[in-house]
Amino acid sequence: MTTTEEAPAAPADEIGRDRRRKEDRRLITGRTHWTDNIVLPGTLHLAMVRSPFAHANITGIDTRAAAQAPNVVAVLTGTDLAATQGVLANAWPITPDQVTPEHKPVAVDRVAFAGEIVAVVVARSAAAAADAADLVDVDYDELPAALDLRTAAAATPENGGAIAHPDLGTNNSAQWIFDSAQAGTGGNVEDAIAAARADGIVIEREYRQQRLIPAFMEPRSVVVDPTGEQITVWSATQIPHIARFLLAATTGVPESKIRYIAPDVGGGFGGKLQTTPEEWAAFAVARRFGKPVKYTETRSESLQSAHHGRDQWQKLTLAATNDGTVTGLKVELLADLGAYVALVGGGVPVLGAFMFNAIYKFPAYRFDCRTVLTNKAWTDAYRGAGRPEATFAIERLMDELAAELGRDPLEVRRQNWITHDEFPFTTVAGLTYDSGDYESATAQAVDAFGYEDLRAEQARRREAGDPVQLGIGVSTFTEMCGLAPSRVLGSLDYGAGGWEHAEIRMLPTGKVEVVTGASAHGQGHETAFSQIVADRLGVPFEDVEVLHGDTQVAPRGLDTYGSRSLTVGGEALALAADKVVAKAKPWAAHLLEADPRDIEFSRGTFAVSGTGEGKTIQEIALAAFAAHDYPEGIEPGIDAEVTFDPVNFSFPHGTHLCAVEVDTETGAVRLRKYVCVDDVGTVINPLIVAGQVHGGLVQGIAQALWEEAVYDESGTLLTGTLADYLVPSAADLISFDTAHRSTPATSNSLGAKGVGEAGTIASTPAVVNAVVDAIRPYGVHDVEMPCTPARVWRAIQDGSAS
Amino acid sequence: MIPAPFEYARPTSVDEALGLLAGSDDAKVIAGGQSLLPVLRMRLNAPELVVDIGRIPALHGIRDVAGGGAVAGGGGAIEIGAMTPYHELLASDEIRTELGLLHDAVASVGDPQIRHRGTLGGSLAHADPAGDCGAVALALEAEMVIAGPAGERVVPAADFFQDLFTTAVGEDELLVAVRFPVHPGWGSRYEKFVRTAQQWPIVAVGACVHMADGKTISAARIGLTNMGPTPLRARAVEEALVGVEPTAQAVGAACAAVADGTSPPSDLNGDADYRRHLATVLARRAVLAAAGAA
Ligand SMILES: Cc1cc2nc3c(=O)[nH]c(=O)nc-3n(C[C@H](O)[C@H](O)[C@H](O)COP(=O)(O)OP(=O)(O)OC[C@H]3O[C@@H](n4cnc5c(N)ncnc54)[C@H](O)[C@@H]3O)c2cc1C
Repeated sequence: MTTTEEAPAAPADEIGRDRRRKEDRRLITGRTHWTDNIVLPGTLHLAMVRSPFAHANITGIDTRAAAQAPNVVAVLTGTDLAATQGVLANAWPITPDQVTPEHKPVAVDRVAFAGEIVAVVVARSAAAAADAADLVDVDYDELPAALDLRTAAAATPENGGAIAHPDLGTNNSAQWIFDSAQAGTGGNVEDAIAAARADGIVIEREYRQQRLIPAFMEPRSVVVDPTGEQITVWSATQIPHIARFLLAATTGVPESKIRYIAPDVGGGFGGKLQTTPEEWAAFAVARRFGKPVKYTETRSESLQSAHHGRDQWQKLTLAATNDGTVTGLKVELLADLGAYVALVGGGVPVLGAFMFNAIYKFPAYRFDCRTVLTNKAWTDAYRGAGRPEATFAIERLMDELAAELGRDPLEVRRQNWITHDEFPFTTVAGLTYDSGDYESATAQAVDAFGYEDLRAEQARRREAGDPVQLGIGVSTFTEMCGLAPSRVLGSLDYGAGGWEHAEIRMLPTGKVEVVTGASAHGQGHETAFSQIVADRLGVPFEDVEVLHGDTQVAPRGLDTYGSRSLTVGGEALALAADKVVAKAKPWAAHLLEADPRDIEFSRGTFAVSGTGEGKTIQEIALAAFAAHDYPEGIEPGIDAEVTFDPVNFSFPHGTHLCAVEVDTETGAVRLRKYVCVDDVGTVINPLIVAGQVHGGLVQGIAQALWEEAVYDESGTLLTGTLADYLVPSAADLISFDTAHRSTPATSNSLGAKGVGEAGTIASTPAVVNAVVDAIRPYGVHDVEMPCTPARVWRAIQDGSAS
Repeated sequence: MIPAPFEYARPTSVDEALGLLAGSDDAKVIAGGQSLLPVLRMRLNAPELVVDIGRIPALHGIRDVAGGGAVAGGGGAIEIGAMTPYHELLASDEIRTELGLLHDAVASVGDPQIRHRGTLGGSLAHADPAGDCGAVALALEAEMVIAGPAGERVVPAADFFQDLFTTAVGEDELLVAVRFPVHPGWGSRYEKFVRTAQQWPIVAVGACVHMADGKTISAARIGLTNMGPTPLRARAVEEALVGVEPTAQAVGAACAAVADGTSPPSDLNGDADYRRHLATVLARRAVLAAAGAA
């Protein structure tokens, strides 16, 4: 059983306090270091020549005209760079026999997607490089392209289907299965389905998770400076530590000779959780010429060749009793990897495997996923990574079950969910949810939404045959985040751990430098982490400086993704602060001539119990710096470092309710109301949490209504500009009604759960459920995402006709 | 994205601009640049000379002209310099009260930055079938003032749009102004259908309606956006609307054939059939609103 509190959780000065983000002034005004702002003397600029074909042999590259163009230094092909460019590694082979094509940064003899780099132009200005790129003449011999996911999965050399990498002889990269009967976490799903077919309800659906593009605001950019003893790489990346490790591992340059810096980074959403051909190529070119090199992609290049997200086919079978109790869930999944297995590409659907059962007590579960290679851009993490796909499937299914039963979707959920007093709860997927309270989050959301009134309005509109119908969508989501316990990652064959590192340096002037291995790219770490440290050390918020994103400043770290920064990185920091206090205590006792056992620490001051005497932590920092007078046997310093490895994931949850109006004459969907009550455990900064939830909602709603990466039948990306790939703006959205409750997490001392992905994971099914709910009377039980007006209108026409 | 190299000239008079155009066989005029710059940056076009007409005072501004076009009730016309940016049209009380259809269409273009730089002349000369101003020019029976080596000529909107991105403006000519006859006593509505606010219209319908007796429609003008390679006028529907009472049913019936003879595109936003259907719904709504009945 877990206890629920109204947020804010703790009555401390800093925890739970709305603080404006200290980093925003420089981020918003741009008076900071973005990678592309970095100007080094003698820099060479790169332009990439990219394949226009999805799949082709390269039969010749004529670089002569380009090489002779003004200000061009060289034009390099994959052959020229063969010895030095290294390879791009997959860090998460999900099975031992995973089929993994070799991924060279610059293609050598064959291209496997439109946008793959075939040559690099090196010039003295970006303009000269771009001009010369037009002059590189590449001869291609086109090959059949594997494009459609389901077709590619079925293709074999024998049946003549297109194979994305003909030398591999198959498009099927890996198959990953979880079965509760085998794992001992539940029953046999086939038995459950058979029983339900005999007497009960079986819901079978196929859902498509369309391909999305992360569309971060700052395009990717890299500067490499090989002058000096170390090679310095600045990159608009989420993962300076992981990138440095892999760059060393794949190029043979000693890791100690590489310094990786992620300066301020303008968004990532998982899209910069990647080691990229562009970084690797820039590194090779800089080493070759011994000069600084810069490459910044265009928006079109970004849309075309930065990794995409989602792209799954889900075949789902849900078994239930006639009264609506779910007895089993079977998931058969195809996941489109694109042309290469990206850094954690194959692992994305595996992260989803544990979430299809969501907040429910399913007795039997089976998940069977095949990852498939195609001749499209590679896919990898995108905000939520695997969990939005899973949440969408189950939350849509729960609405379908309710519709089948003719019951309220909230009621059916209540009947199946884990109740407040059942925590900690081990799920059919084998995870142990530590805390949560679905009942009270739902009750609060229902209340704020005006659920009954909206249902009444819906009935009135249906009755009146109003051309504008109202729909209500429910999503009672949970997710696993705070990646991750290292041992669990090891058991899933992931190539790294999930710990995070923190260091606190007490400066002699009383200021505090905090070093974290979690590298922010817009989340507000500097503010939240300052609050944690200010709270634990009792120093002013303004006196805390958070340093990150440079392997020389923050040598240990595993970066930012998977809603891990607060629950893992923030916890490391909190523990480091506790260590500082513990180290300072003997100093205080010594200076106060008291027994350490009589010293109490509160709000920045060490005091001798019962007396008015005390020393501030700043005074101790100065004393430790001077080190003139301190106890025997301890080191002269009170700085501390901690590496924290979590024992469990964190499991935020929430109830999201969405009302939409559907114009049945045009198919247009208008958001009417959106209410969510999220439980993210202890909230450090409500303003930042609200910002994360709002932004997350927008990205999830965008999947439901607007965004989709579309390829034509030859493998050309049709949504190659932001005029076609529809990222919404504030003008397209309504004011969200967000609130939170708190059942503190038990896996970290802060009680915090991740919030970075929550909104995205929860909102997509809430919106699609609302759209389907609005037009169900027309015989519609699904609309493919994104629910464009044309698709909604067509669904109504087809539904009404049948 | 970096365009291919080009020469750049910034004339200060129409004559100087025409001279520059005459002197090059590969020149492009740049107005607000909101359509041309993306084209140059994506290297879909690489002219050798770009002539910036942004500093020619004569191309700028909103003026009244007497007489005007041959519209029933002829209340004169408003002449708008080709280089007048959208935001100036939006700030003009005169445009809002006298040319409500133009005001509403312009208000729906892109976003504030695009409306700050984009120009009326640029929009019409560019002749993108999804551009909002073309259907308005047709519905309001505007006249285009075109200057060339042989002097000025006036082309009615109906003859201006020739094909996809092709107008009556020759390579050595400039669109200098657009004259909109005012329609005193007419109501109007621009119904634009988009998926996101910043999007080009999937389909839009501009309607102007006159009700001489206040009860039935005595005249109507309907322009269609993105229903073919050029903006279109739905004359058959205009005729069918005469004498009709502005009820949903009657107007809907009169608008049912609005897509006849059109050839709308199919794309990610919807296929041609869906666009034809949309046009009927939007036309009905636009006419009803213009008639004050919605
Ligand atoms: C993101 C985005 C969204 C947009 N959304 C919309 C929308 O919803 N609706 C809409 O209607 N438009 C939209 N636009 C286009 C916008 O309206 C453009 O500004 C307009 O189409 C062109 O005007 P301009 O002044 O920028 O012309 P420019 O881009 O400078 O020129 C366009 C073309 O016209 C020619 N030209 C310009 N002026 C003259 C002249 N006086 N004589 C002869 N030739 C000339 C140029 O040579 C060029 O070929 C959008 C643009 C963008 C970038």
